[in-house]
Amino acid sequence: MSANPASRWGLRFLGLGYLTLLLLIPLVMIFYKTFEDGIGPPIDAITTPDGLHALKLSVLMVVIAVPLNTIFGIGCALLLVRHKSKLNPLIDAIINLPFAVSPVVIGLSLYLLYGTDGWFAFLAEEGIKILFSVPGMVLASIFVSLPFVVRETVPVLQEIGTDQEQAASTLGANGWQTFWKVTLPSIRWGVAYGVVLTTARVLGEFGAVTIVSGSISGQTQTLPLFVEKQYANFNSTGAYGASLVLALLALVTLLAMNLLKRKEDA
Amino acid sequence: MEAHPANLPAPTASRAGLRLPGVGTGIGGGMVMLYLSLIVLLPLAAVFSEAFSLGIGHFWDQVTSPLALKSLKLTVACSLIVVVINGIFGTILAWLLVRDQFPGKSIINAVIDLPFALPTIVASLTLLTLFGTDSPLGIDIAFTRAAVVVALCFVTLPFVVRAVQPLLLEMDREMEAAAASLGAGNFTIFRRIIFPNLLPGLAAGIALAFARALGEFGSVLLFAGGLPDTTVSSVFIRNQVESDNLVGASAVSVVLLVASLLLLGCVSLIQRWAIRHDRSSSEFIPTLAKDVSGDGGL
Repeated sequence: MSANPASRWGLRFLGLGYLTLLLLIPLVMIFYKTFEDGIGPPIDAITTPDGLHALKLSVLMVVIAVPLNTIFGIGCALLLVRHKSKLNPLIDAIINLPFAVSPVVIGLSLYLLYGTDGWFAFLAEEGIKILFSVPGMVLASIFVSLPFVVRETVPVLQEIGTDQEQAASTLGANGWQTFWKVTLPSIRWGVAYGVVLTTARVLGEFGAVTIVSGSISGQTQTLPLFVEKQYANFNSTGAYGASLVLALLALVTLLAMNLLKRKEDA
Repeated sequence: MEAHPANLPAPTASRAGLRLPGVGTGIGGGMVMLYLSLIVLLPLAAVFSEAFSLGIGHFWDQVTSPLALKSLKLTVACSLIVVVINGIFGTILAWLLVRDQFPGKSIINAVIDLPFALPTIVASLTLLTLFGTDSPLGIDIAFTRAAVVVALCFVTLPFVVRAVQPLLLEMDREMEAAAASLGAGNFTIFRRIIFPNLLPGLAAGIALAFARALGEFGSVLLFAGGLPDTTVSSVFIRNQVESDNLVGASAVSVVLLVASLLLLGCVSLIQRWAIRHDRSSSEFIPTLAKDVSGDGGL
């Protein structure tokens, strides 16, 4: 179908206009708004003790949730692809659940499970605080970002097939040797792509974490919660400053996604 | 978004005598199920248990209470509008990215994923700045239903584009050339040849976008707020948690959860159908060729 110039320009106008209005101008807007009054105020706003604490807590979420979901993701993908079992369709369906569930519902689910009348209320009675503290926020982060590594690794595993792994086994390699020397090097870009998506999701998660954390300044606030609190307290400089940090991380994520896609396709 | 693993021919370890850690021992499967149970299943079971803790009648009362029902209706109506808008613009964008050539195309292609990477609360804040009271464009729709729609459009934009794009890339352009040589106009070619080929992707993208829109929270929060007319279901659930009506919060959660699960089930069915459809037509000859070359028996 060779579009005539008029319809081609019409489509370009519609598609790119929509994208500009919805994505590009808002992105530019964050930068403009943050530095409206110079570079000093936003830096001051995010280097307050609460701002720095939020940044640290966001990093902590990533440091705990991403490795756990990566190890689980690779193991689960291996199981789904390399081991036919009646359980596979069930496991596959459960993996997809975090995509289907609203972040607020995820927050509520943990709130109920670990709350005063919950099935795991005994943990709080033993002095192990889950809700309104870091462990609950970590659990929420793990829940929301669970599917990414599995979803990205499964198709790569299917694509590479088992020839090389079988060769390794024939030559006497044990399971772990085969995994480290053959399987992992072949799937590394797919796994890395999943890790990037997991990290972005953990850094940006708001709904689930806000419900389990109580969003206490300087204690249970990650950067996204800090943004909302600053905005609610009419400190828009602080809100934009923290937003800019998150937006820059999002741009780094996009860059990493594109580089990894190219590696994967190569 | 990816194909269901069970649908694709997967060489299995056990048959091939392959050794990989945890595979085929039962320990791996047990650990995966334990992790999934602790992280996902038990918490969600708690929501169902809470929703029905005072009986099914009470559950129904909570779901059909005026405010809950209003939030559900608003959520579904806005999500429907959003998937129509993104269905159209998403297809146009996918078309531009595959068939058109213009400077900056690779950047545009990368930017499509921005809503997946940008935290929802940041999206909400910047949409509020752009389309709020101090709007530099002079468009003030903050705290209205239009704001709900714009916020949901933002977060669900990538779904249709990314679902339609691969189908457009794979499409055989000879069919279009043949139709054109037989005198079909552009619109006829689109309607009779391109659109039917894109339909599985479009439907899957729309279903995923719909599921996402139903549960969206962060991007709506600052931009549309929680006014009586703009309270979507996720905001309603948050409000119920804050006012300690956990049964009401859980009841609406169950409705959202079931709706999303049905939608994801649809996506899975569409993908299964597309794979079968594909195999019966285009893969017929390659399969034969493989048998002839003696490379049979996958």
